[in-house]
Amino acid sequence: MTDLSLSNQTIAGKAAPPAEARSLRLPTQWLGVAPFFIFAIMFLILPTLYLMLGAFQNDAGEFTFENIVALGQPSIVAAYWISIKVSLASALIGAFAGLAIAIAIVRGGLPNWIRSATLTFSGVASNFAGVPLAFAFLATLGRLGLATVILNTVFGLNIYAHGFNILSFWGLTLTYVYFQIPLMVVIITPAIDGLKKEWGEAAATLGATTAQYWRMVVIPVIWPSFLGTVILLFANAFGAIATAYALTGSSLNIVPILLYAQIRGDVLHNPHLGYAIAFGMIVITGLANVFYIWFRTRSERWLK
Amino acid sequence: MKGGRFWAWVVFILGAAYFFIPLIATVEFSMRMRRGVYSFDAYQIVLGDPRFQATFMYSVIAAIFTIILGVLIVVPAAYWIRLRLPQLRPVVEFITLLPLVIPAIVIVFGYIRMYGSNSPLPFLASDMGTNALLVIGYAMLALPYMYRAVDTGLRTIDVRTLTEAAQILGAGWGTIIGRVILPNVLIAVLSGAFLTFAIVIGEFTMASLLNRPAFGPYLQNIGANRAYEPAALAIIAFVITWGCMSVIQVLSRFAPKSANRPN
Amino acid sequence: MAEPFLSIQHVRKSFGATTVVEDFNLDVEPGEFVSFLGPSGCGKTTVLRMVAGFEEPSAGKIVVAGKDITRLKPNQRNVGMVFQAYALFPNLTVAQNIAFGLKVAGMPKADADRRVAEMLDIIKLPQMGDRYPYQLSGGQQQRIALARAIAPKPKLLLLDEPLSALDAKVRVSLREEIRSIQKKLGITTIFVTHDQEEALSISDRIAVMYGGKAEQVGTPFEIYNRPATKFVANFVGTLNVLEGTVTDAASGTVRVNSQEVALKGKLNGSKSGDTLSLALRPEAISLGRQPGRDSSLSGEIAEVHFLGSVIRVRVGIGGSTVSLDTFNSPATPPPAVGEKAEISFASSDMLVLH
Repeated sequence: MTDLSLSNQTIAGKAAPPAEARSLRLPTQWLGVAPFFIFAIMFLILPTLYLMLGAFQNDAGEFTFENIVALGQPSIVAAYWISIKVSLASALIGAFAGLAIAIAIVRGGLPNWIRSATLTFSGVASNFAGVPLAFAFLATLGRLGLATVILNTVFGLNIYAHGFNILSFWGLTLTYVYFQIPLMVVIITPAIDGLKKEWGEAAATLGATTAQYWRMVVIPVIWPSFLGTVILLFANAFGAIATAYALTGSSLNIVPILLYAQIRGDVLHNPHLGYAIAFGMIVITGLANVFYIWFRTRSERWLK
Repeated sequence: MKGGRFWAWVVFILGAAYFFIPLIATVEFSMRMRRGVYSFDAYQIVLGDPRFQATFMYSVIAAIFTIILGVLIVVPAAYWIRLRLPQLRPVVEFITLLPLVIPAIVIVFGYIRMYGSNSPLPFLASDMGTNALLVIGYAMLALPYMYRAVDTGLRTIDVRTLTEAAQILGAGWGTIIGRVILPNVLIAVLSGAFLTFAIVIGEFTMASLLNRPAFGPYLQNIGANRAYEPAALAIIAFVITWGCMSVIQVLSRFAPKSANRPN
Repeated sequence: MAEPFLSIQHVRKSFGATTVVEDFNLDVEPGEFVSFLGPSGCGKTTVLRMVAGFEEPSAGKIVVAGKDITRLKPNQRNVGMVFQAYALFPNLTVAQNIAFGLKVAGMPKADADRRVAEMLDIIKLPQMGDRYPYQLSGGQQQRIALARAIAPKPKLLLLDEPLSALDAKVRVSLREEIRSIQKKLGITTIFVTHDQEEALSISDRIAVMYGGKAEQVGTPFEIYNRPATKFVANFVGTLNVLEGTVTDAASGTVRVNSQEVALKGKLNGSKSGDTLSLALRPEAISLGRQPGRDSSLSGEIAEVHFLGSVIRVRVGIGGSTVSLDTFNSPATPPPAVGEKAEISFASSDMLVLH
C-alpha cells in the first residue's frame, strides 16, 4: 500500500517539474488525484500485469514460454479464431450499418424527431447487452422464436432447415450486432455532424459530383473516427461473454467462454495456461489499439 | 437530394425493423406461458420469485456503492487535472480507456489470482471483502463512462475561471467545491451515475466469477432452466436500461449550457 | 450598354408560406463588382444561393452569358463561391484545396500545379502550399478560399459575407485585396454583406435589399447621396432625420421645431400643412454660418465626441438632436457643451424622404 503511493508520487514528481519549487504544497497538490491513481494501479494495472507475467511462468515460478506455446493446441487456436471472426464480423456489420443510420438521420432530410428518437434508442440499445439480450434473440430467432415461426408459417421458409442456428457463428454475430450498431450510431453521429454543409457546397461550386465530394473529402474526414470505432466495437465484442454464454451455453467455443471455464474449473489442467489465454486476449485488443493509434497519427495530420 | 431522402428512409426503416422485431418477439414470447392465450403469468412468477427480489436488491446495492466509489475516485481527479495538473491529462485519459481494451473477464481473473485468501491483501477471504472487490471491479468497468461524463461537465462550466472567480470573492476550498463546482457538475455526475447503474445492474462476468448472488448470474441461471421467464426478464431488463437512459436524457436538459466558451 | 453578363429576371423564392425574395431583377455587366447590401433576413443570401444553384427559384430565371442556368445543378454552373466560414477542406493542404476544382475538372497535374502556384502568388501566400487549413489564421484561410474559388476560372465569383468572421483590421485589408484581384482578373462578382462601409468602399454598384426586394440599385455615390427610399437613407450611412411641417409650399418654407427653414425647390408636390421627414448627413452640416450653406437652425451644443481627425458634435434643436462632423484643427479647440450654436447647411443637400 505505502509502496504504491510512494511510486505514484515519484512518477508525479517527474511529470510536473514546477512541483519542486512548491514542494511544500506537494501533498495537497496530489491529494486530489491520488485515489484515482491508487485504484487504477491496484485494480487495473497490477492485476493485468500479474496475469501477463504469470503467462511466462511455470508452477515453480520459473520463466518459460511453455504456456504461450501451449496456446497453439487446436482447440485454443479454434477458440481464438472463432472469437476473432465473430468480433470482426459484428464490428464491421455494426460499423457500416451504424454509419448508414447516422448518415441517414443527420444528412438524409428525415424529420427531426427521428434523429432524436434514434439517438435516444441507440443510447438504450448500446447498453442492452449481456444475458437479457441473449433471451431476446432466443425469443426471436430461437427454434420457437417469433421470427422463426413467422418465416416458416407465413413465408414457408424454415431457416433451421437451411442451416441457420442461433447457437452458431451467425447467430452470435447477429445478436452482437444489436449492441454494435447503436454504439456506432452514438459515437459516429457527432463526426457526421462535424461535416460542414459548406464543404459540400464549396465542392459543388468547384464542379465536383457528389461521388467526388465523398471520395475526396467526406470519407477521408470521417475515416479516422470510423476506424477508431470499428476497433472499439471489435474489442467490445471480443471481451464479451455474458451474451454468448447465455445464448449458447458452452456450445460455441469462443475465447472468453474458454477462459471462463478455465477460471471456474481449470478445464485445461494447467493454471498457467489460463494466464496465457488472458495474455493472448490483451495482446489482441492491445494490438488493435496500437494499430488504430498508428493509423490515426498517419491519416490525421490535418488535425490539431 | 430526393433520392437521398428515399435511401435515408429505407435505411431508417430497415434499422427500425432490426431493432424492434426482437423486442416485439420477446414481449410476445414472454406472454405465451399460458397455453392458447396471452397472459402476464411469466412476469408474475418472476416478480414473485424471492431469488429475483434478493439478487435484484443485491445488484442495486452494489450499483449504489459502485456509483459512490466511482464519484469519489473520478470527481476529485478530473477537477484537479482541469485545474492544476493538465500535464497529467494524457496519462489519465489513457488509463480511463484501459477498461474498454482489457476485457472484464481478464480483470476479474487478475483479481482472483492477486487478492486470493493467501495473498497479502486477502479480499476473497471474506464475504464482505469479495463484495468490496466486486464493487471495485464495477467501478473500473464504469470508469471510462464516469470519467467522460464528469470531464465533459467540467469542461462546459470552465472550472478554472469559476474557481478563480470564487477565490477572488474570498471563498475557501470547502465553499468552492461544495457550493460552486459540485452544483454545476451535479448533472454530469448524475448522468454518469445512471449510466453506471445501467451497466452494473445485470452484469454477469464479474459477479459470476466472484460467486456473488447478483442479478446477472440469476438471469443466466433462469435462462438455462426455464422457457418463458427469461423473455419476461429480458423485457424487465430492457425497461430498466430504458429508464436509466431516459433519466440521463431528462437530466441533460437541466445541464448548464456552456456560458463563456464554445468548448 | 452591352448584353448583361448576368441577368436575374423576376426571381421569386418562397419556403412554404413565407416569401423570402419577391420579384428580384438585376443585370450585371461583365467584370462588374455588385454588392447585395441589407440587414439579415432581407433575402440577399437567398438570391446569391439561387445564382449558385443551392436554391431553386420559385419563379423567374437566371441567365449567365446568354444561357439560362436556372435549372442547372451547382456543379454544372462554373461559378466560384467563397463562404463566411471559409469552408476549406480540413483534410487537404492549401495547395490541394486550391487544386480541388482543377482536379475534378480533369486538368493534368503539371498544369494544375502551375495554376496553384500562380494563385498562391496572387493571394501573396506563396510559401503556404504544404500547410493544412488549421495552421492558418482566419484571414489567410479566407484568401486560400478565394484562390480555390477562382482557380478554375469561373464565369462568376460569389462572395457570401466573406469578411464577417474576421477581425476589423484584416477585414479592411482583405476587402481591398479582393477588389484588386477582382479587377486584375476582370471576373464578374457578386458580394453579399450587411456592412454598408464594406459595400460602399469596394463595389461598382450596390443593390440595397429589404424585405426580399431590391430597394435601390446604383453606384455607391448614388446610394449614399441620393437614397431612393427612407430605408436606404437610414441603412446606409448616419443620418439626421428631422420632422417638419410645410408652412408655405410656394416659397418652400418648412417649420422645424418652431424654426423656419427655407428649402428652395425641394418641396415639389407638397402642400402647406404637410408633414415631411427631412434628412441630413452629418458631413453636410457646419457649425456656424458658412459660405454656400444657405439654410440655418439654432440650438445648443449637447455632446462633443473627439474622434481624432473628426469631431462629432451633437446639437440640440428644440426637441431633436442633430449630429454633425467637423474636422479637427489644432488651432481651434472643440466647442463646449452648453454653448449656443448655429448650424448651417445647403438646402440642396437636404433629403426630403417621402
